[in-house]
Amino acid sequence: MIAFSHLMFDSGCSIRALIPLHPPAASSIAHDFDRLHYTLTAITLFFTILIFSIIFVFMVKYRRRSEDERAEQIIVNIPLEIIWTVFPMLICAGLFVWASALYVRNSRPPAASTEIFVIGKQWMWHLQHPEGPREIDELHVPVNVPVKLTMTSQDVIHGFFIPAFRIKKDVVPGRYTQIWFKATEVGDYHLFCTQYCGAGHSKMIGWIHVMEPTAYAAWLAGNEKNPSMAQEGERLFDDLGCAGCHTPNNTGLGPSLVGMYGRPEKLRDGSTRMADEALIRQAIVNPDSVPLPNYPPVMPTFKGQVDEEQVIELVAYIKSLGAQERTPNP
Amino acid sequence: MSSSTAVADLPAPSSGSSVNYLNATYGIKSWLLTTDHKRIALLYLTSITFMFLVGGVAATLIRIHLIEPQGALFEPETYNKMFTIHGVVMVFFFLIPSIPAVLGNFLVPMMIGARDVAFPRLNLLSWYLYITGSLLILYTIMAGGLDTGWTFYEPYSSAYSHTHVVAAIFGIFINGFSSILTGVNFIVTIHKMRAPGMTWFRMPLFLWSLYATSVIFILGTPVVAITLFLVALERIFRVGIFDPALGGDPILFQHLFWFYSHPAVYIMILPGMGVISELITCFSKKKIFGYEFVAFSSMAIAVISFLVWGHHMFVSGQSVYAGLIFSVLSFAVAIPSAVKVFNWTATLYRGSISYAAPMLYALGFIGLFTMGGLTGLFLASLAEDVHVNNTYFVVAHFHYIMVGGAVMAYLGGIHYWWPKITGRLYPDGWARLAAAVIFIGFNLTFFPQFVMGYLGMPRRYAVYPSEFQVLNVMSSAGASILAVGYVIPLIYLIWSMRYGPVSGPNPWGATGLEWQTTSPPPTENFEEIPVVTEEPYNYPGIEVPTRG
Repeated sequence: MIAFSHLMFDSGCSIRALIPLHPPAASSIAHDFDRLHYTLTAITLFFTILIFSIIFVFMVKYRRRSEDERAEQIIVNIPLEIIWTVFPMLICAGLFVWASALYVRNSRPPAASTEIFVIGKQWMWHLQHPEGPREIDELHVPVNVPVKLTMTSQDVIHGFFIPAFRIKKDVVPGRYTQIWFKATEVGDYHLFCTQYCGAGHSKMIGWIHVMEPTAYAAWLAGNEKNPSMAQEGERLFDDLGCAGCHTPNNTGLGPSLVGMYGRPEKLRDGSTRMADEALIRQAIVNPDSVPLPNYPPVMPTFKGQVDEEQVIELVAYIKSLGAQERTPNP
Repeated sequence: MSSSTAVADLPAPSSGSSVNYLNATYGIKSWLLTTDHKRIALLYLTSITFMFLVGGVAATLIRIHLIEPQGALFEPETYNKMFTIHGVVMVFFFLIPSIPAVLGNFLVPMMIGARDVAFPRLNLLSWYLYITGSLLILYTIMAGGLDTGWTFYEPYSSAYSHTHVVAAIFGIFINGFSSILTGVNFIVTIHKMRAPGMTWFRMPLFLWSLYATSVIFILGTPVVAITLFLVALERIFRVGIFDPALGGDPILFQHLFWFYSHPAVYIMILPGMGVISELITCFSKKKIFGYEFVAFSSMAIAVISFLVWGHHMFVSGQSVYAGLIFSVLSFAVAIPSAVKVFNWTATLYRGSISYAAPMLYALGFIGLFTMGGLTGLFLASLAEDVHVNNTYFVVAHFHYIMVGGAVMAYLGGIHYWWPKITGRLYPDGWARLAAAVIFIGFNLTFFPQFVMGYLGMPRRYAVYPSEFQVLNVMSSAGASILAVGYVIPLIYLIWSMRYGPVSGPNPWGATGLEWQTTSPPPTENFEEIPVVTEEPYNYPGIEVPTRG
């Protein structure tokens, strides 16, 4: 099945390549998905053929033979009504449980995922590796390693879709959305934008390159000319003067950011929120919306001063602080 | 003209020379200022047919364009305007008003034995609102078009589109009031103006389905009208409502938009289901199987349809729990739809089945609606929807419901009541041929799109990777057959108005009050208000068991 599905991307001419019927299945969830898909297809075919056959048989068997012919009037049959109400209900309940369980399972990325940051903008995909490499409309990833994507948009809503992996999520301005995948087959796969975003929508496409770990390491080494995202973020942190208030030893106007990532934070209204990417982003672009109880609300908003790429670099920097001490810059 | 009661099916003299609603008065003013529900129905028929042609031309150009992976006709900007016009015109200006405003207007008073709707002048106002909305949309097209898609997703529609968003929104906004007024009119008419003896459970199922539709009109339309109004407000005055750059929430727009636009799908299909119940019974000479089950499934669909909008947003970033709730409710709405299909099919059992043209449309409807409904289960299934959402699978699914379902039912209804509306018969052979051509062309157009979507081709793509070309060419070839299928009835129906044989009051031998008066009916519908003494679809049987 997999070998067959790869044919559709080969340049060679073959009948099966001409009319593909099955997309490549190249992620850890693809085969689970396809089982559900073909079950749904089978149910659809079964009932379609059933209804078409019954209609056809009745059409022939009970065709009008004369104009004054009379029909046998049968008004209702309660057991039959119950059967054809309950039977579809059971099928629907089964499908609901199956599809939902798969969805819930697929919605949680494994803890040890490689991270990639995705920014959609009219009309290109900007993909950043934490190690530094930045890619446009292309993403290199290692095979058999879970990869978590944190995504946002600089302008309108986009949709991030890799058919071969059976994953899709909207990329929404003003917030972070996340998906993950684990590629299981080396190869090149389509990346499509699926949320209509204007003139270049259908050209907002790219390729996912799934590589052997050694080849990926070599690719990464050859592209590490850029500073890492955290290093870029640290530079921004200093340029924007963040360090004036956010001192590592908690002596400034703002909280120390060391070790903050992944920690539950109590907000002024008493609620608690996990300090994840989304909360850190919100604190940068709209600090008044997430006030901390023991600090004065003096932080200015950085909305408009930093673009989404820079916000992501700042987030990467704050994440990198972990529990370790930050070396002060002169 | 002979008067007749609901019970008797008396032969009436031919209508050629009698005074009827068509020849009672003459002149353009007698049409444009009419309050006769039948004439208003014809005003709608003319205007929505025109809008159907506008939307159909856009569809034809779209399918020609997609023959080539690089696009055969347009720049992407123009292509985007084409699918937007196609969607806006077909949804808001054809499908939503089609059966309610044309067949509903003509038939609601006749089926309940009334002389007109409850508010005849309001009815005329509805048409003028529809025309005003249509003119604004035509202006939008002439002025340079609209490129937001019919869904107007934010923040694209308010901050990024350079096209005529505000004019289009006001067109849809004004047209919305036409729907609301029609809904009010139908609900009051059905409640207050039924003839003596016409109890709720003696009403034809077409009226139940229009009643359910009217409820959605009244509850849903104001929400989409206000939502689109807010988009216009944000676009003109930069008030932050939906645009995150202004502090708004683009996902909120999707919630509000689909709160109406999902029920709107049922506005399109419920009246079609009503038409099918009329056709299946008449052309198999049968009482409907499970009347109460069919009637209450209409109401169940109308109620549940308001609770399923979130299934359009499974990949939008809404919470996993919201997804679970909307998924289970979406499966729930499938049940009453399935119940209807089974009851229609069972109605055929031991019937006396005629292959007249309206029946072919009805049988085609059952098959295509079954496929459209079952493929809806794919989209209600959370994990499955993640992959097929926003691909051609969705396009195929909703065209099976809206074209395979709603348009087939509309055409079936037009063919069934045409002799009543015009007093003339059309050539049945041509009509049956057209029904077959439409059925074949439709399947060729849209079946390949299911495969295309599963393979991953996103919708709204002006250019596409070449591996999808074969399926796209198949789809475009089917569309050309479908187009021919739609042109044939346009020709013979117009021809029949002048040259068709006179039909007489009841050419199909149908039950129902509308068939008890002359064709075309007099302006006042009935010489005397009929008294109803029996169940609907009371076709004579071999043996008639008593109702349980």
